[in-house]
Amino acid sequence: MKRFLILSLFVAFLMCATSVYAEDMIQIKGSDTLINLVQALAEEYMAQNPGKYIAVTGGGSGTGIAALINGKCDIANASRQMKAKEVEQASKNGVKVKRVVVAMDGLSVITNGNNSVNQLTVDEIGRIFRGEVTNWSEVGGPNMSITLYGRQSNSGTFVFFQESVLKGDYSQKMNRMNGNAQIVEAVKQDQSGIGYVGVGYVKDASGINVLKVASMAGAAYANPLSEADVKSGKYPISRPLNQYINGTPTGEVKAFLEFELSPQGQKEVEKQGFFQLPGEYVEYNSKAGL
Amino acid sequence: MEKLIHGFFFANGMISVVALLGIFALLIFTSIPAFQEINVWSFLFGSVWNPTSYVEEQYGIVPMLVSTLIVTVGALLIAIPLGVGTAAYLSDVASRRVREIAKPIVEILAGIPSVVLGFLGIVLVGPLLAKIFHTHNGLNAINGAVLLAVMALPTIVSISEDALSSVPSSYEQASLALGASKWQTVIRVKVPAALSGIIAACMLGMGRAIGETMTVLMATGCAPAMPESILGPVRTLTSSIAIELGEVAYNTTHYYALFALGLVLFIITFFVNMASDIILHKYEQVNR
Repeated sequence: MKRFLILSLFVAFLMCATSVYAEDMIQIKGSDTLINLVQALAEEYMAQNPGKYIAVTGGGSGTGIAALINGKCDIANASRQMKAKEVEQASKNGVKVKRVVVAMDGLSVITNGNNSVNQLTVDEIGRIFRGEVTNWSEVGGPNMSITLYGRQSNSGTFVFFQESVLKGDYSQKMNRMNGNAQIVEAVKQDQSGIGYVGVGYVKDASGINVLKVASMAGAAYANPLSEADVKSGKYPISRPLNQYINGTPTGEVKAFLEFELSPQGQKEVEKQGFFQLPGEYVEYNSKAGL
Repeated sequence: MEKLIHGFFFANGMISVVALLGIFALLIFTSIPAFQEINVWSFLFGSVWNPTSYVEEQYGIVPMLVSTLIVTVGALLIAIPLGVGTAAYLSDVASRRVREIAKPIVEILAGIPSVVLGFLGIVLVGPLLAKIFHTHNGLNAINGAVLLAVMALPTIVSISEDALSSVPSSYEQASLALGASKWQTVIRVKVPAALSGIIAACMLGMGRAIGETMTVLMATGCAPAMPESILGPVRTLTSSIAIELGEVAYNTTHYYALFALGLVLFIITFFVNMASDIILHKYEQVNR
């Protein structure tokens, strides 16, 4: 009797398991910067299309890209672009990588709300994060040592910031945080802190300064919270947020991507604190068949 | 039938041994390719770990070894006095009813998921420590040590209490009959008599602290630089493996180097266990 019970339970479990997978479940993995946005988009999409399932998990852009290369997800969220080495690795595994841009981000450099410094040049930020400038007084602030907050190396933001701002190695003393939200939290609590996060994480945050950034000494300072500055590239560390897929999108994946790029999806992008796509990326996406 | 049962238990034992040897062999074979690129000397004694460097990749594990040591020793410094004290209280001072309620509660501590402890470290313990020590933030070695101590406590309390309770009551009675106070009896008679069990408890607690990943990853800041003080950020062996294994491309030097880290961790725990075994044997010989 008992054995029969266990067996039937097991069979029931198997049926449940397969029935969930039989539905058109899309697996999305990757960027911590994108996760809240894509989650919100997925929820709205599921509410409008009952019976469709989308699973969104984070883990960092590197993790999402690795999953796409190994065929473990349908869409990889990435706040950086894939490296040539990664694309090559993917094609070796039979994955034909295609890039779709879903939103624009003004990567925001933040300091504690009590810090008088509210604007820096890209060069100054680079020197701070390389560990060459270690006291706020060197960049016009109070006499106080600087505490750095950055991301882990699996983060796309870590890589993007390194390539576009540092052009060198991060200070070994930088605290390596697990996500954007954790950086905001840490800088809020730390008078001496400086960190970098996606603009979607600073829109409603209090207790922090969002720094204005100039591309070089003498150039005009631009604000990451300004849509015009980010879209025009006047804000020097703005970037497109990407999703990578395998081959030309079809079926469920295509339907979801189309939803993301629709006016309704783009409105959600704005609601989450990021910016709608400028014309050049709309064009780019349409070339990819969307 | 007898033979069958004998065979069954023998097979169980062998499976454990084979699993252990298998893991050891796997770690060795996946570590070897790393050392075709990395100098063993600079791996073991290098002070910079930066495999994703913009300029030059470096694989030195010393800061991580030091970090692991600081956090583990710190955790034990907190957890052993607290744990053994709690165990002595539960076995010799508390009434039966208190003991029966308190011991399961302590054991429930072991059921707290490590990610929850890590979260507490970020929002509660860390800011508190920052206030106490007047530092900029609470993401440091002490934060990790406190949280790991909480994780090691249930093991230490539970096993120490069992050891103390299983000291023959004749020891206690003899000591009391000689005029020793209750306090003297616990400290001078019962704890030494149960010492092998207590040491085993502490070693198990230490194993837990060395191998713990999630909590230290979240709560210690994870800066890869050599720790300057116990109030600075640290990055342990386990958190480095956890952070980097997720994103590393397969079959690269970085990938193999992470397995080499695993091997180092394995060897450390192996020696900890062996050392505790030797201590126990010596102790038993002296007491016989």
